[in-house]
Amino acid sequence: MKTVEDLRRLREELKSQMRVRHEGGTRIIVGMGTCGIAAGAREVMTAVLDEIAKRKLEDVVVRQTGCIGMCEKEVLLDVVRPGEPRITYGKVKPEHVPLIIAEHVVNGRIVEDLVVGKIIE
Amino acid sequence: MHELSLHILDLVQNSLEAGAQTIWLGIVEDAEADKLTIRITDDGKGMDEATVSRATDPFVTGRTTRKVGLGLPLIQMTATQCGGHLSIASKPGQGTTVEAVYQLSHWDRPPLGNVADTIKTIIVANPGITFYYLHRVGHKAFFVSTQELKEILGDIPFSHPEVLAWLDNYLKENTANLYGGVQP
Ligand SMILES: Nc1ncnc2c1ncn2[C@@H]1O[C@H](COP(=O)(O)OP(=O)(O)O)[C@@H](O)[C@H]1O
Ligand SMILES: [Mg+2]
Repeated sequence: MKTVEDLRRLREELKSQMRVRHEGGTRIIVGMGTCGIAAGAREVMTAVLDEIAKRKLEDVVVRQTGCIGMCEKEVLLDVVRPGEPRITYGKVKPEHVPLIIAEHVVNGRIVEDLVVGKIIE
Repeated sequence: MHELSLHILDLVQNSLEAGAQTIWLGIVEDAEADKLTIRITDDGKGMDEATVSRATDPFVTGRTTRKVGLGLPLIQMTATQCGGHLSIASKPGQGTTVEAVYQLSHWDRPPLGNVADTIKTIIVANPGITFYYLHRVGHKAFFVSTQELKEILGDIPFSHPEVLAWLDNYLKENTANLYGGVQP
């Protein structure tokens, strides 16, 4: 069974590797209001975290947010690449997540079919 | 919602919206007393009495005009239907404790479900808060303090891929261990 000691060892390994610090990486935000959770926000979040682990993405920031009043479009997932508009994806299912990450987060190509909003920040 | 661990996520979102810096989550399964208790305490902005009673007012048909949330009434309904109750202790400026109690053996009680994924979400998506999680099943217990984890990690974020892999295994193995190796 994994222990906190394993985390300590991992931390030492990571410290001794050359770490490139990416300032202001891409942000992924998942809506976690009641409607979002009921529509599967936790499963979408889990898919995001699994994909980050699998692809070894080191500069992604993950956050949750509350209800923004688009309950019928839940699960809502936002992607914000540094210096680019905030893109809101709607009716996101866990199976959409690998595509959004591969296309948008990694390659900067918006997955237009799933977009429900764009905000210039 | 088909899992109590989804209600937990909903309650934690309430605490976050109340500006909590520290959130304590306790889950206690006591087979002898036939009770499952979920308790969330936060140091957020709290509620006055009117808000507390509005928030726990059961659904009344025809009263669609009032602006109320869905989360707490839904949890209250589930708990009440399962031989339990929801109680809220809160004071403005002093934080909030929400306690949901269920009869453990009740036919209609939703399973706790994937509590490991709920905890992982809370920890990774909210690194700015301090989160404590204590889970007891009979004589077994599992405790996580993000304070301790953050001290170990230093400047490495919870969303680092290798840390995520560790966290995933750590939470899954330890929660399953409480239930003799199977998911609750
Ligand atoms: N932990 C908390 N701290 C302070 N206020 C809370 C807390 N939980 C709930 N509330 C208050 O009760 C209201 C109803 O909560 P809820 O039923 O979950 O619906 P919603 O979150 O959608 O508003 C909230 O809008 C908030 O004003
Ligand atoms: Mg709520």
